Amino acid sequence: MSVTRTLATSRRVLGQLRHDPRTIALLLVVPSVLMTLLKYMFNGEPGVFDRTGAPLLGIFPLIVMFLLTSVATLRERTSGTLERLLTMPLAKLDLLLGYALAFGLLALIQAAVVFGLTLGPLGLSVAGPTWMLFLVALGDGLLGTALGLFVSAFAATEFQAVQFLPAFILPQFLLCGLFAPRDSMATALRWISDALPLSYAVEAMDRITAETGVSALAVRDLLIIGGSALVALGLGAATLRRRTP
Amino acid sequence: MMNYAADVAGLRVLRGGRTVLPDIDVRIDTGSVTGLLGPSGCGKTTLLRCLVGVQRIEGGSVTVLGQPAGSRALRDKVGYVTQAPSVYQDLSVAENLKYFAAVLGAPRGDAARVIELVGLSGRERDLVGRLSGGQRARVSLAAALLGAPQLLILDEPTVGLDPVLRQDLWGLFHRLAGQGVTLVVSSHVMDEAARCTHLLLMREGRIIAADAPDALLRRTEAKDIEQAFLTLVAQDAKAQAADVQDADAANGAGQ
Repeated sequence: MSVTRTLATSRRVLGQLRHDPRTIALLLVVPSVLMTLLKYMFNGEPGVFDRTGAPLLGIFPLIVMFLLTSVATLRERTSGTLERLLTMPLAKLDLLLGYALAFGLLALIQAAVVFGLTLGPLGLSVAGPTWMLFLVALGDGLLGTALGLFVSAFAATEFQAVQFLPAFILPQFLLCGLFAPRDSMATALRWISDALPLSYAVEAMDRITAETGVSALAVRDLLIIGGSALVALGLGAATLRRRTP
Repeated sequence: MMNYAADVAGLRVLRGGRTVLPDIDVRIDTGSVTGLLGPSGCGKTTLLRCLVGVQRIEGGSVTVLGQPAGSRALRDKVGYVTQAPSVYQDLSVAENLKYFAAVLGAPRGDAARVIELVGLSGRERDLVGRLSGGQRARVSLAAALLGAPQLLILDEPTVGLDPVLRQDLWGLFHRLAGQGVTLVVSSHVMDEAARCTHLLLMREGRIIAADAPDALLRRTEAKDIEQAFLTLVAQDAKAQAADVQDADAANGAGQ
């Protein structure tokens, strides 16, 4: 592993995005518009926005980074650049961490813009510290990146890669506690929900919304998100092969 | 003293359950420009992939610069150019090469050097995706020239290039060989053959001839390499048919 190679990889990934300003615009504008929509959809019941606003702030980075990474790595696989990199003195970890750094930074920038809008003009009130919100958003962004890296190994085309979003993320989205309290789910679903990382992303955001200060449980949630991201990165590394059939 | 840049013995490769290379033995001289010629689909790319060490092999050994192919120690010594240019379409020429230079640990300024070598000076800031096919292929070639490779594996590097450019690139290949770099260049265009110092003629996963171009011409009494290749293919087919007959005869005798 080498810091120079990891940073060079991050710089390269960000460079690719810099040449694609529309993607960056979509990245920043879409969550902002959706949050505004949510605010005025529940104009008559402000409690709903206060309750669901923060969890959604945690879900955006995960979904967006998942999509970006799965398509970016699939491109890397199909264009032959991955094979070229693996014939060079680049450690797999350099590549994975390079991607994680680049997309982690992107998740933070997205969070800064969307949080600025949501906590400012849209008036979402959160009891806990704002930096904790950023930390969870960063964790979710990294988890999305790691899952995207892993899942892209199973996609042969960009059509398939895009379909992995509903396949991998939508079930988590339904079971994460945003639509129905997790305690009220059928027992089997409750168990599945316990095993899915997105549940903890939403739970962490819930706690930060409701509790002042940083509770031990919020820290636990954050550690689970980080741990899941590491496991997914490990699985992603296992799909990178220097020798192929 | 290492006389062979690559030594392949008893190499056997299956792809998708099909035997692509049944049993290859070949040696590549250090400092040679070795042309790997044969019709498309005959296994050229698979053999090149074995030399780079990215191909999973079924049997035999591939030794490159004294190490098993694909070894960690070879990763900055073997440059590989795939048939389809493997560079980032959404980065500029300079950005691509600066990134690969950083990965290879090549000195600063190496990107500018290889851009000039492949004749792309002035196009540094252009996005690779907007270049022509031939220019894109040259960016991919430039990436393989970064650092100080001792063995260059080039899969059809001159396809789609105009005659002047092809001439320039072959000039570059020979300059590199003069500096002690070994080049293995595949092509399905026979007129490239005369530019090589050594030739490997391949057909249906087998090397049917390995020699210098003029020696091949003498041996087959042919005017050009294309004709020499056809003669060798005919001889090879006859030899194979004889083998099959012998085998049949032996089976018949055994029954």
